[in-house]
Amino acid sequence: MTTGSPGNNTPLIEARGLHTFYGDSHILHGIDITIHKSETVSLIGRNGMGKTTTLRTLIGLAPPRQGTIKVHGRDIKKSKVHKIVHQGIAYVPDDRGIFPNLSLYENLIMAARSGPNGRDDWPLSRVLDLFPRLKERMGHMGNQLSGGEQQMLTIGRALMTNPDLILLDEATEGLAPKLRKIIWAVIKQIKKAGIATVIVDKDIKTLLEISDRNIIIEKGKIIYDGDSEKLIKEPEILKKYVGV
Amino acid sequence: MEFSFYLIQLLNGIQYGFLLFLVASGLTLVFGIMDVINLAHGSFYMIGAYLAFWLTGIFGSLFLGIVLAIPLAVALGFVVERLAIAYLYKKGHLHQVLLTYALILIFDEAQRFLWGNDSHGVDIPAALSGSITLTDIQVYPVYRLFVSFVCIVIGVGMFYVIQKTKLGMTIRAGASNRQMTQALGINIERLFTIVFSLGVGLAAFAGMIAAPIDSLYPGMGDNILIISLVVVVIGGIGSIKGAFVGAMIIGVSSIFGKTLFPSMASIVVYAMMAGILIWKPQGLFKSA
Ligand SMILES: Nc1ncnc2c1ncn2[C@@H]1O[C@H](COP(=O)(O)OP(=O)(O)OP(=O)(O)O)[C@@H](O)[C@H]1O
Ligand SMILES: [Mg+2]
Repeated sequence: MTTGSPGNNTPLIEARGLHTFYGDSHILHGIDITIHKSETVSLIGRNGMGKTTTLRTLIGLAPPRQGTIKVHGRDIKKSKVHKIVHQGIAYVPDDRGIFPNLSLYENLIMAARSGPNGRDDWPLSRVLDLFPRLKERMGHMGNQLSGGEQQMLTIGRALMTNPDLILLDEATEGLAPKLRKIIWAVIKQIKKAGIATVIVDKDIKTLLEISDRNIIIEKGKIIYDGDSEKLIKEPEILKKYVGV
Repeated sequence: MEFSFYLIQLLNGIQYGFLLFLVASGLTLVFGIMDVINLAHGSFYMIGAYLAFWLTGIFGSLFLGIVLAIPLAVALGFVVERLAIAYLYKKGHLHQVLLTYALILIFDEAQRFLWGNDSHGVDIPAALSGSITLTDIQVYPVYRLFVSFVCIVIGVGMFYVIQKTKLGMTIRAGASNRQMTQALGINIERLFTIVFSLGVGLAAFAGMIAAPIDSLYPGMGDNILIISLVVVVIGGIGSIKGAFVGAMIIGVSSIFGKTLFPSMASIVVYAMMAGILIWKPQGLFKSA
């Protein structure tokens, strides 16, 4: 059993029976999600099925009405958003969340901190090595950046909080093919660095290739949770629920 | 009337504008970042003035009085935020207006209880009581220049904090996207407490240094509140730069209005606001 004291096998996140509402609309209907250390997980589902809501629920931006969430084995039910993410979680939202009135440099460093166990693996120089393009734009304001630069910035900003886990919503949405390639390459590097990720994206093929495990969500319920090899062998599942 | 007359009016207008800026900057930040309409903001100006009056009376020195009054004012801001304002973050503007209006009544009553209904004055410190000769017949009081100078120093300091420090970055970030700021691990409630307390400190400080040139009377915070709301709306809600420009526009035009068109003085400010809002409905500047 892995419950109890946070040992090495304790999942980063262990969520059970999440029910999330927006006002009166019931969006998540009993979601169970477990994310282990260094795991790359894709969250797949058609439009409006609850992927974004799931990510927002996990970090407390959309607190669940029912269910439990443990981070490193500790219940975070009553915790504020900033307390939850300080456990080593970074959030890259679908709209990127770049502050338009802060410079690129300020966007990068405003939240920079060492990880929950004092780890300091991602100084500015390493983030800039990963995204050389950002180097030339340091003084530009957030609202002067292209979509690709914003996506690099939001991932770079996430890394500068030295997370154990990055929740990446719409990782390559709206980017030109060349930029998508750059972002996927970076995600592979992040994987190599041992950081766990939960990725939402429309590019199912690349997701299957990159991720260790896939979760399919349908109308606020998880209808599939298994490793990529298994899913590749069962293409009818993807056809049925995702349409590819 | 000659040039020096206009120069004096202009200097008075600028000095008044600086004081308005100190009050309005806190108001606009609290509104822009915390989304709270704080009608009691003018009361802190009044409280600052009375604190200066009280402490100067005890210690015989305005400077010492102010030095002691500032931490008291900031502490009051902290207590008010924790005990009252913190309940408003998830409420609508109607709740905010009602609760902060109640605060005005409480502060006004406390003022009457402690210092009575008579109006009071504070002497200009001897070191700054002189005048500068502008022409043979026109002089300008040194203390008013001193007030402008101090406001410039504070304005520059504020600008530095907001533009150059990590606290300033998080304040600007919080003003533009509260959820993302939290999701990055910033304790937004603590940020609100800091911003509110500092805003109270600035308003109270304006009341303190204005005490020797403005008389102290019950309800003196109401007038400054209304003018400051005009400044915030003109400048653009949440914008410090806007608060500065708005305060200068209102400061100068209200002083000139009073001397050039005394019969219409009270509407000059609102006419100004109406004109600017027709031109720019969102105010002159964007948030932070
Ligand atoms: N703020 C909100 N208020 C009310 N309903 C919402 C809100 N945000 C999302 N929803 C609804 O919740 C459901 C799930 O939305 P969610 O954004 O989680 O889906 P998604 O899987 O991320 O979709 P997409 O692929 O379009 O990003 C949708 O039906 C959506 O309309
Ligand atoms: Mg989504």
